[in-house]
Amino acid sequence: MEQQPILQVENLQKHFPIKTGLFAPGGKRTVKAVDGVSFSLERGTTLGLVGESGCGKSTTGRMIARLMDPTGGRIVVDGVDISQLGGRDLYHFRRKVQMIFQDPFASLNPRQSIGTAISAPMVAQRITPQGGLKNRVKELLEQVGLKAEHYNRFPHEFSGGQRQRVGIARAISLNPSVIVCDEPVSALDVSVQAQVVNLLQEIQQDTGVSYIFIAHDLSVVRHISDQVAVMYLGKMVEQGSRDELFDNPRHPYTRALLSAVPLPDPRQARAQEKIRLRGDLPSPANPPSGCVFRTRCPLFTTLGEEQKQRCVGEVPVQAAAGSPACHHSTLAGALAAGVQ
Amino acid sequence: MTQPQTRPTAVAAPAPKPASAPRAVMTGAFLEVRNLSVKFPTDDGVVSAVNGMDFTLERGQTLGIVGESGSGKSVTSQALMGLLKGTSAQVTGEALFQGKDLVTLPEAGMRQLRGRNIGMIFQDPLSALHPFYTVGHQIAEAYLVHNKATKKQARAAAVDMLGRVGIPSPDMRFDEYPHHFSGGMRQRAMIAMALICEPELLIADEPTTALDVTVQAQILDLMSELQQETNSALILITHDLGVVAEVCDDVLVMYGGQCVESGPVDEIFYNTRHPYTLGLLNSMPTLTTGSGKLNPIPGQPPSLLALPQGCIFSARCEYAALAGDGVCESQRPQFTSEDGHGTRCHLSGPQILSIRNSR
Repeated sequence: MEQQPILQVENLQKHFPIKTGLFAPGGKRTVKAVDGVSFSLERGTTLGLVGESGCGKSTTGRMIARLMDPTGGRIVVDGVDISQLGGRDLYHFRRKVQMIFQDPFASLNPRQSIGTAISAPMVAQRITPQGGLKNRVKELLEQVGLKAEHYNRFPHEFSGGQRQRVGIARAISLNPSVIVCDEPVSALDVSVQAQVVNLLQEIQQDTGVSYIFIAHDLSVVRHISDQVAVMYLGKMVEQGSRDELFDNPRHPYTRALLSAVPLPDPRQARAQEKIRLRGDLPSPANPPSGCVFRTRCPLFTTLGEEQKQRCVGEVPVQAAAGSPACHHSTLAGALAAGVQ
Repeated sequence: MTQPQTRPTAVAAPAPKPASAPRAVMTGAFLEVRNLSVKFPTDDGVVSAVNGMDFTLERGQTLGIVGESGSGKSVTSQALMGLLKGTSAQVTGEALFQGKDLVTLPEAGMRQLRGRNIGMIFQDPLSALHPFYTVGHQIAEAYLVHNKATKKQARAAAVDMLGRVGIPSPDMRFDEYPHHFSGGMRQRAMIAMALICEPELLIADEPTTALDVTVQAQILDLMSELQQETNSALILITHDLGVVAEVCDDVLVMYGGQCVESGPVDEIFYNTRHPYTLGLLNSMPTLTTGSGKLNPIPGQPPSLLALPQGCIFSARCEYAALAGDGVCESQRPQFTSEDGHGTRCHLSGPQILSIRNSR
């Protein structure tokens, strides 16, 4: 029997209007933070969402958790399109998708005890677990590697890693089907980061929850993800299974991104293929025409005039789910060989 | 710690500099830090942030200081820059920079060195740049303080420097404010500011932590290039072992305010001698590993208010029992060095070797 994916995102868009003043000429301009992103997430698996800051990966995650309303497109969770839900339906939907935030210092109320923080989602959803709320919270505390006696403590008594565990306990308290993890380990030291990554994987094995794992650290993403999607300036540039994408990246941006990751191995680092992108991310308020990556693309400079015209004039689309959004991706391999 | 003798010590040709005062005659190392300690008295007790650091650095070298948050790496750099003077911090020990002790040097003397001889790049360029002044003004200011120059000359120098760090149309960008710049450009501006007087020593405190990997790669390349150009010494403070592997010649690993291991970069990575460094290396996921379980270091870093009597790492060390007699819990290990590769551990060489091979 074929199971439908737990989450399907189709042509998702988020456009923010820019206020140019009441009488400003030229009409409304928009920032296309997310512009036509599609992917799907299978049950019990992890999708890594990577890209530079400003590429729209967090916005995508927030729309899936409906912390932001999409401007267009569909978000199908468990067969139901939740992109336009409101009122009671939205309230009930909240049980299904939960979120873990980046900053464990900002995401916990300093005046709320750990016990209160973790029970908040259950209280909000008027759920009374068997054996009582307090017992359930203590169970959750132990499940994430904290102690039951931490119930009455406050966030300032915990280290960053422990606080992130509290955030995880809160997110799993409603037994959600999907957890959106927005940079959950970026603020943590390496030794603690490994503890939290292991915990997330254990929870997935025990409960079968699916993760959207948003991160800019590609090594962590490679470790935890089954599927990986790469975003650039609000668009999806390439996606595929983890090994396929990391071992055989086809989009020039993915190649550049991977080659920029510093390897914790001096000999490998010296031998590594180095593709350097020039400049910064263009402003999403004024993106380049055609392919948004062309202004920084190492491949673009090597192209002939006619091929360049195509990049400038035509927006590349992903031909199939796994293929890169690039007009000339077949040439990217040859370029990489030249660089080495 | 002493640097390995095989390493070229490039002190012969100091970079030519315009209009600078005669420099102190050099006798010892370029930078020699001996038994540097920093303590902060607080209401809860004394925080021992740095506990007896020793290291030396020569021109043209890059030293990476690695450690987790709270290991004292930033406080070490602040002590070297004299930024802890006038605070409650108690700084002891010596930090000889070209023969001058940075710990005891009065503020007036320190101001002479800061910017001109020692430059610093901070982690967060947005909070290190003043939002009310143009970027160019802030860069030119450093030049004006240390050189007898007109504003026009200072502007020319700043524009030139902005161009060298890779900012497009530097003459226009000179008059823009920090909020006009992107994160990567702000960090470039910070580097321009730190390098405008071509300091011989550059201290970079997590210079790329706030940046994306693609921009990080650009900035690291830029720093290495400029370092080679001016033959300066670079202290790179980071928590990212990947960055260390890419750019450093020597590495110093800090834990609980102490140096637990130091040596040439290949030695640290391929001939690791301290269990903490091993733990760090093993806990990192890499681009080449599979998806098995990671091996985190159990527990949390120690409280700097009450450091353990014995080895600072003993509470989290999986191998503390191997040393026998509870020596790890009762006695602070000495820092022992061999061929420029030093470690602070009770375990013997063969014991470490067997641990390394078993993982």
